[in-house]
Amino acid sequence: MKIQEAQIIVQNVTIAYGDFVLLKDMNFTINKGDIFIIMGGSGCGKSSLLRVLTGLTPITKGKIFIDGINFFQATQEQKDILMHRCGILYQSGALFSSMTLAENIALPLQQYTNYSPKLINELVELKLALVGLYGFGEFYPSEISGGMKKRAGLARALALDPEIVYFDEPSAGLDPISSKLLDDLILDINHSLGTTIVVVTHELESIFNIGKNSIFLDAEQRKIGAYGNPKELLNNPPNQAVRQFLTRGGK
Amino acid sequence: MSLSFNINEHTLNLHLSGDFIDFNQDTTVDNLLQNITTSKIRIINIEASALKQWDSTLLVILFNLYQIAHKQQINIKTQKLPDNLQQLINLALSVDRKPSLPQANKLPFFEDIGNKTINLWNDICKSLSFIKEVSQSFGKLFTNTAVMRKIDWLFALEDCSYKAIGIVSLISFMVGLILAFVGAIQLKNFGAQIYVASLVAIGMIRIMGAIMVGVVMAGRTGASYAATIGTMQVNEEIDALKTMGIPVTDFLVLPRITALIITMPILTILADIMGILGGASVGIFALNIPMEEYIKYTQNALSVSNFMVGIFHGLVFGIIISLCGCYYGINCGRNADSVGKSTTQAVVSSIVWMIIATGILTLIFEALEI
Repeated sequence: MKIQEAQIIVQNVTIAYGDFVLLKDMNFTINKGDIFIIMGGSGCGKSSLLRVLTGLTPITKGKIFIDGINFFQATQEQKDILMHRCGILYQSGALFSSMTLAENIALPLQQYTNYSPKLINELVELKLALVGLYGFGEFYPSEISGGMKKRAGLARALALDPEIVYFDEPSAGLDPISSKLLDDLILDINHSLGTTIVVVTHELESIFNIGKNSIFLDAEQRKIGAYGNPKELLNNPPNQAVRQFLTRGGK
Repeated sequence: MSLSFNINEHTLNLHLSGDFIDFNQDTTVDNLLQNITTSKIRIINIEASALKQWDSTLLVILFNLYQIAHKQQINIKTQKLPDNLQQLINLALSVDRKPSLPQANKLPFFEDIGNKTINLWNDICKSLSFIKEVSQSFGKLFTNTAVMRKIDWLFALEDCSYKAIGIVSLISFMVGLILAFVGAIQLKNFGAQIYVASLVAIGMIRIMGAIMVGVVMAGRTGASYAATIGTMQVNEEIDALKTMGIPVTDFLVLPRITALIITMPILTILADIMGILGGASVGIFALNIPMEEYIKYTQNALSVSNFMVGIFHGLVFGIIISLCGCYYGINCGRNADSVGKSTTQAVVSSIVWMIIATGILTLIFEALEI
């Protein structure tokens, strides 16, 4: 049996806004090459947890280790290095509207590599081709559909060959076919590049399609309600909240 | 890292060995792709048994190589090419269609002028129709049938009243001060420094007070109107209002325009007072004019007609600023970039229209001998 290497370790983490505790005492591990799902109902704190994992929001208590480095105790330089190894696909794609798709993808490459402009252009074309948008480099975000924006956002997230890619609600606002295509793309990238993928979602189809491991955030208890493979959780739900969530309110 | 190739008749043998991390392409890669494009190669053998780590910089070379090979109908054979690398190449090649870019057609000269004229005419019609809608909303306000929330009006009033006092006071004080300094330099030549008081009083009361308030409020409140309404356009809130059957001008424009119409004349009075105080501080403390003298000359220079002209300017500027801010906000595009453009357009047009209005009003008051 292959022993998996832990890439992100979350230890006793509590997220609170002032006196309001959003999520408490969370413990989980995301392994290298995993597709890890953070699921739960609306308002349970999925996106807040993602903001914590990406360093945008500080934690109230606990520790988060990324590649063995305590993220919130790390120096700014260490944090920058860790963040360069992460790519993030935001819910809306978060493409810069004043830039073409090519310029959007080229931005991190120009900022963080010493590649020649020719190589950067070729890499941009490659990243666009990988997400099925070959030749769309000269388009502006306003000229493409919502699904294409997400794929372009993914191309930008993949620009620096990240080791971890975070997805915030990738299926939100997409039709079933585009949603399936994006799921397939996530699987392809995970298989071929071995990238660790962390997905925040409540789309059951995506959860069962791509998820290898997951946590369920319980909105009432304000903590992790379940931890494990989504299909196994469906077969043996540890509590009523998980059963209801994974069976669309079934009993 | 090493990339080498040799050509044996119609076969090109490519050897990849070592690590390909951050591989900045050299002339070998250019020669390789050049050879594939120009030589009569029918088969490419990629031998990668010694390949260790790799990243996108190797992938991009193979992607380009496969693309050219596909075009030239060259057969590619691989030996020990990592499966995941092959998968990525296949994934990148799976969609091979260049989309047609929306072309910016270069029109013939006269057609271009014609198009621009039509667009200009359409813009004029659109603005006139907006003014008509706002006027109708005003009519509804007096018949108490306008769909306007009192709280929105109070918020708009708050935003352009006491919150603007600080900046308006500061700018007007400084303008009065500058006016007095500049005037004093010229009047000194004729020994008529005392007339600095009259200069500042007439200048501020008749026009400068209103103009300064106009410029400050265009940058402050007009920009805020355009940005707020523009963001509502981006978030589809304006569409929601329309589909609910709520008139946009009633709901969004009316509270803002009425708030500015009320506050602009008041702010103009404030600017007049602060400007005169600014001038007085120079006159009394820098030019050593006795305070009683300065006050006497200021009082003599003040007239009701000048004061009313200034207030009227303030009122007109208020209408212009709110109309421009709301118009560009409502006609904003649907992305972040458009909000920025709308805000800029709102401020620039407010200032341009204020200057034009000042010119027209000056001619009218001149003709009426006010």
